[in-house]
Amino acid sequence: MKILTGNNLRNGRVVWWDGQGWSVHVEDAADVGDQADAILAREDAACRVNGGYAIEAEPDPSGHGVRPSHIKDRVRAYGPTVRPDLTLRPADPDAGTWVI
Amino acid sequence: MAEPLRFRDDAVPDEPAVSLDAFLDQSNAASVRLEAGDDVRRLGPVLDRIRLIEVDFPKFRDGRGFSSARILREMGYTGEIKATGDVLVDLVFFMRRCGFDSFAPNVPFNDDDVQAALTRYPYVYQDAADPAVPIWRLRHPEFQNG
Amino acid sequence: MYKYDQYDHAMVRARVEEFRDQTRRRIEGKLNDDQFKPLRLKNGLYLQLHAYMLRVAIPYGTLNSSQMRTLAHIARKYDRGYGHFTTRQNIQYNWIKLEEAPDILAELAEVEMHAIQTSGESIRNISADQYAGAAADEIVDPRPWAEMIRQMTTFMPEFSYLPRKFKIAVIATAADRAALRWHDFAVRIVKSPNENGAGEIGFEVYAGGGMGRTPFIAYKIRDFLPTSQILSYLQAVLRVWNRNARRDNIHKQRMKILVHELGEEEFRRQVEEEFQHFLTLGDDFPQAEYDRIAAYFAPPPFETGLNEDIDRSDPDFALWLDRQVAAHKAPGYAIVNISLKPTGQIPGDISADQMDLVADLAERYSFDELRATHAQNLVLPHVKKQDLCQVWTALNEAGLGEANLDLVTDIIACPGLDYCSLANARSIPLAQKLSERFADPARQEDVGELKIKISGCINACGHHHAGNIGILGVDRKGSESYQLLLGGSGDEDTTQAKIAGPGFDESGIVDAVERAVDRYVQIREPGERFIDTYRRVGMDGFKEAIYG
Repeated sequence: MKILTGNNLRNGRVVWWDGQGWSVHVEDAADVGDQADAILAREDAACRVNGGYAIEAEPDPSGHGVRPSHIKDRVRAYGPTVRPDLTLRPADPDAGTWVI
Repeated sequence: MAEPLRFRDDAVPDEPAVSLDAFLDQSNAASVRLEAGDDVRRLGPVLDRIRLIEVDFPKFRDGRGFSSARILREMGYTGEIKATGDVLVDLVFFMRRCGFDSFAPNVPFNDDDVQAALTRYPYVYQDAADPAVPIWRLRHPEFQNG
Repeated sequence: MYKYDQYDHAMVRARVEEFRDQTRRRIEGKLNDDQFKPLRLKNGLYLQLHAYMLRVAIPYGTLNSSQMRTLAHIARKYDRGYGHFTTRQNIQYNWIKLEEAPDILAELAEVEMHAIQTSGESIRNISADQYAGAAADEIVDPRPWAEMIRQMTTFMPEFSYLPRKFKIAVIATAADRAALRWHDFAVRIVKSPNENGAGEIGFEVYAGGGMGRTPFIAYKIRDFLPTSQILSYLQAVLRVWNRNARRDNIHKQRMKILVHELGEEEFRRQVEEEFQHFLTLGDDFPQAEYDRIAAYFAPPPFETGLNEDIDRSDPDFALWLDRQVAAHKAPGYAIVNISLKPTGQIPGDISADQMDLVADLAERYSFDELRATHAQNLVLPHVKKQDLCQVWTALNEAGLGEANLDLVTDIIACPGLDYCSLANARSIPLAQKLSERFADPARQEDVGELKIKISGCINACGHHHAGNIGILGVDRKGSESYQLLLGGSGDEDTTQAKIAGPGFDESGIVDAVERAVDRYVQIREPGERFIDTYRRVGMDGFKEAIYG
């Protein structure tokens, strides 16, 4: 599946296209099919995303959400593996393995 | 169509600019257009024939034109130097310092942005092609006329 | 250290307001990212994996307590409580918001700091010897020239859009503590013998070095350049490069590539020609300006008749003393190295609280002066020997008392895939695992000087080409893989590391490094460091031990 990601223009946070807007939670990411370019162009022009791009992802093995195919985007999804306290899932002991 | 930005009061040259090679071949042209990779020093022997030199910026990141303009002023050229192409308004101040005195960017400048860019920096750290006095000369007035 | 005058202040403040205006235009959509990116890069603001990253300049690695406290304050107020010292003596913050960046720059300007030209295709921070002004082996303090060159290269109009970044280093010693020959342009201050034997001071000039995907070691382009002509010469070098470099392939635009393509002779010839031309323009700063700047770097009022005896009865203190403390030119004083590489921790990272502590120590014990090193550590340059125990006690309590300078656990690592959008692999966890593997102090002592440098991608910000052991993270079919290199050096005997053989995964590379280290211990001759043994036996002497 194809999902969209980027950074919020003002605060730089990693965001994922959820079908209607941009969420900081990767589990909200929506399959955009072949609409990637059109959505990115519109959202970039409206300053709702900065540096947006399309990536491959699979349905997450857990059953909900998605898992980006490339490790770089999985690092972006949660945060630095070396500072779990700074990630979106500081209390999740499995977060590290999900990323790697 | 927006007027190109110009900092000269003489008449605007109206002959079309020809390429560097063509210019060096022709005895009657007075305007020449330099591409980013052209060697501006080839114009050294014929500078007094020229009224306008256009220096192109194919991409704003290609900074060769800054050197071309400054070299022209170092060679004693006093005619018009015009920046064309992908020119960012934020760089107008630094282009002026290199000797550019007119601008015909692909995307016309906003007047407020031009004013802001030109008046942003109260001082300069080093000499260039413009008359601005660098800070070190202000610190040591005995050198101000040097 | 240097203090801004009204002119310096005005320029930095103008820059802040310019960036504030540019940021506003970006947020309002009047500038797109393509247009804004070079403008924000000229102010050290990257868009990275998790947020914007801000790189603050620490000119030639020198700062005072007020500046360090401001860096701590910025970490708390605008970031997430910590900063990261880099391989170019700067500091980085990883969690910056664009809308707050102008305010951060404004606060920095209040303490004479900035982020000008710390990224993008700019003339970057000037690096210098972290022991400047304190070491006995320097001819003069190099920092007045570093400061003068900093001013000369700020907002140079002709060089508004260089082909690539440009890195400069300045030292004044035969020993090279700043990795001179890995820079685009570097000068070593020397004395020229003349008939009177009095020795005019001038520069030995190097050009064309750089890391990245095609590393080159700088060559000596000039034996002696009078110091009064440095701006003319530097402008000549920049102009030759600016006019002749390719502009079509970002990987081929560093000056080292041009030097390599033209050849050293031809590059030198073109520079000399342009240099003679620049001399006629009269741009050079006069001696009076050098004298004005140099006055700020006069030696601090060192006391005399101080106690030289140190009580070594605490074995941990003695270990730290032997490892972290270097000789000072003034009797009764010492240079203190502060390790930012505690065992198993993130190399180069420092918390806001630690920054405040170090600021206090600098103010109280080091004439209010601190240094950042290109090995991502810190230095207190002027500490009385009689104060060393108090300093160590305070550092130790704050987790800054590791005694591992230049040892195997004093690892240089870039932020890597945990932080950086350019990376192929994570470098920090690897540094942590290596640090833990070699943690035993007795083993570290026995292994001796061994500089491990880790880069998470080919851009080489971890300086792996200059590692005695270098590690490069690569992407192999979507997973992280690591290449092992041996034999690099950033010292005066500069060499480039060579790839040992096929790559490894993360646990594989840790074992491979250990095999290389064990091999060294096995075959070394008395007095040989790792790099010496490698140079004696070559890759052949190690390959079988590593790969079996």
